Amino acid sequence: MADYHEMWAGLGLDLKTHDMVLEIVGKAYQDIFLSQKNRPKGMWYFDFVMSEIHGLRIKELMDAKEQGRKIIGTFCVFVPEEIVLAVDAVCIGLCAGAELGFEEAEKYLPRNTCSLIKSAFGFKLAKVCPYIESTDLIVGENTCDGKKKAYESYKDIVGNLYVMDLPQMKSTEGRALLKAEYKKFAQKLEEISGKKITVESLKKGIEIANNKRKAINRMAALRSTDPTPISGLDALLANQVFFYDDPVRFTGSVNAICDELEARNREGMGVAAKGTPRILLSGCPMAVPNWKVPYIIETSNAVIVGEEMCTGERGTQNLVNANGNTVDELINGIVDRYFQIDCAVFTPNPSRLEHIKKMVKEYKADGVLHYGLQFCQPYQMESKIVEKELEKAGIPTLLIETDYSQEDAGQLKTRIEAFVERIKK
Amino acid sequence: MKSAGIDIGSRTIKLVTFGNGDIQIIKKAENSFDTLKVCRELLKDISCDSITSTGYGRHFFSEHFKCEVISEIKAFAIGSKYILPTCRTILDIGGQDTKAISLDEKGNMKKFEMNDKCAAGTGRFLEIMAMALRYTLDEFGENALAADESVGINSMCTVFAESEVVSMLARGADRAKVARGIHQSIVNRSVSLLRRVNIESDILFAGGVAFNKCIVSILEQQLKTKIFIPFDPQIIGALGAAIHCK
Repeated sequence: MADYHEMWAGLGLDLKTHDMVLEIVGKAYQDIFLSQKNRPKGMWYFDFVMSEIHGLRIKELMDAKEQGRKIIGTFCVFVPEEIVLAVDAVCIGLCAGAELGFEEAEKYLPRNTCSLIKSAFGFKLAKVCPYIESTDLIVGENTCDGKKKAYESYKDIVGNLYVMDLPQMKSTEGRALLKAEYKKFAQKLEEISGKKITVESLKKGIEIANNKRKAINRMAALRSTDPTPISGLDALLANQVFFYDDPVRFTGSVNAICDELEARNREGMGVAAKGTPRILLSGCPMAVPNWKVPYIIETSNAVIVGEEMCTGERGTQNLVNANGNTVDELINGIVDRYFQIDCAVFTPNPSRLEHIKKMVKEYKADGVLHYGLQFCQPYQMESKIVEKELEKAGIPTLLIETDYSQEDAGQLKTRIEAFVERIKK
Repeated sequence: MKSAGIDIGSRTIKLVTFGNGDIQIIKKAENSFDTLKVCRELLKDISCDSITSTGYGRHFFSEHFKCEVISEIKAFAIGSKYILPTCRTILDIGGQDTKAISLDEKGNMKKFEMNDKCAAGTGRFLEIMAMALRYTLDEFGENALAADESVGINSMCTVFAESEVVSMLARGADRAKVARGIHQSIVNRSVSLLRRVNIESDILFAGGVAFNKCIVSILEQQLKTKIFIPFDPQIIGALGAAIHCK
C-alpha cells in the first residue's frame, strides 16, 4: 500500500488516531473476512477495496475534485444518487459503524442516541474520516427524530450541511413533498457544481445507478440456492461498499462475482454445507466496520441469505424508470422509485413486512433475525409488530437489540446459537 | 453407554452423568479464575463415552476437551422436559443471567428471552443485596419470606440498588421488609420476561435462585399457580447436555 499520510494530513486528519483506526479495522477484516472458507475468488476486489478504504479511493476523490467534480456525502438511501451523478458529482455514503469519538459526540448528543448517529459525530470530531473531510456538500435528511435534531448541531461542526426534508406517510401529499425536495436538491447540486442537469445527463445518472442496483440484486437472487454460494458477511460487505465505491467499477466487479456464483450454483458448491440453517437479517443498517452480529451468526452454524436493511435490499430494490422526455418526467420516475422505500420512519409501514415475508420465501430462510440498534425508536417499535406478524405466519423470529460496543458479544452468541438450534431442521 | 453434561456457569460449574436412562452422578464446584482446572477436577474420576458442554464457558471448554456444544437454552429445554414431561415454561435464574423459555407439547423450544447485558435481577444481584443488608444468603431469603410487607426499591441496576438500599436503612427502614422488596423486584422482572414468551403450565423454575423460598413464594402468588422446583434446580442445564449426547 502506498503511503497516504501526506494526503491525510492535508485533509486535516488526526494521524495518530487515524493510524490506530486503520490498524483495528484491518485486523478485524482479517479475522472476520479473510478467515472464511470457500470464498468466491472475485471477492479479491472487495479485499482490495477494504485494504485501500482510506487510501486509493480517497486519492480518486482528490483527483475528481482536481477535475472540478464535487463530492456529495450522504447518510441515507433516500438521497437520489441519480441526480448527484447528473451533475457529474460523486456520491459517497458517510454512515459509520464503529464506536469512535463517542465521548466527544456526547457533548452534542444525549447518551441515549443510537450508535449510528453518535459515530457520524464521533468520526468527524475525532478527525478520522477522510470521506467527511473530502466532501463539498453533506446531505442530511429528516428521517428519524434522532437524525433530524442531530443535524442542528452537526451543521455547525461540518459547515457544509444541506438538510432535505422527507415525508412520513405514503400519501399524495407525501409524494409531492418528496418531489419538491428532490427538485430543490437538484437545484442545489446545479448551483454548487455549476453544471446544468439535462435529460441526457440525468438519463445517464439513472442508467449508472440502475445498473449498480441490478448487479447487487442479481447477487442477492443467487443466494436462494442451498448450499448458498456466498457468505452473508461477503454479501453484506458488497452492500456496504455499494455506498462509496466508483459505481461503474463496482457494477463490473459485482457482476464478475455473480458469474462465479452462477457457476457455483450449477456445481452445487457453497460456503456452508447443504442444510445449514438459513437466516434473513432485517432491521437497522450496518455500516463498515459493523460486522458484529453477522460474524456471530456465521460462526454459530448458520448462514445469512439476505439483508432487509438499508445496507441491503431495502436500499437496492426497485429501479428507476428511465423513460422520460424532460428532466421533470425523469424526476417523476426517480420519485416513484424512492417513494417505495419502506423505512420505519414511515407510518404505517406495511410494505416492509410484506417485503420481509417475500424475502423469506425467495431466499428460503428458516428464520428472521431482527437487528435493532439501541435507541433507534422507529425500528425498535416496528420490530414488535414484525415479530408478532412473522411468528403468526410460522416464521421464527429473534429480536436483537445492540449497539456498536463489543461487551454483549457473549450474550448475543448465546441467543443466536439458541435461535439456530430452534430453526434447525 | 454413559454420557456427561457439563454446564459452565459464571458462578458454579455443574456436571451430570447419564446412563441406563437415569441420572448417575451429580457434581458441582464453584467457578474460579481458572475454569479449566475446575473442570478437570470435576471430570477426574468420571468415565463416560461422550461429553456435551453448555453454559457461558461452553466454547472455551470445547477448545480443550472433545465434546459437543449446545446453548444453555437448549440444554434447559431438554433437561426440564426430562425432569417434568408436562413442562411448557421454564424460568432459569442463574448467577449472571435470567432466561425464560417456552416449549411446545413435544418439548421443542418455541421462544426464549434473556435479560439484557447487566446482572440486574440475577443471582449475583441477590448476593450483593444480601451483603448490603448484612445477611448471609440463607438468612436473606428466610427473613424476606417472614416479613409481612415489602418496602419497594426502584433501581434494578445492581450498583444503584445497593446505594438505594443503604440509604433506606439509613432512613430507618425495616431490614426484613427491604429484603422482601428486593425479592419482589426480582420476581417482577422475571414475570415480565416470562410474559414475553407466554406463560403456560406447567412451569419449572431452575437455576441457583430457585433454592430461594421467598422468590418461589412471591412468584407463585403473582402467577397464581404452583411452580415446579426440581430436586436440584442447579443441574438442569448439565442434565440436558448429558441427555443431548445420546
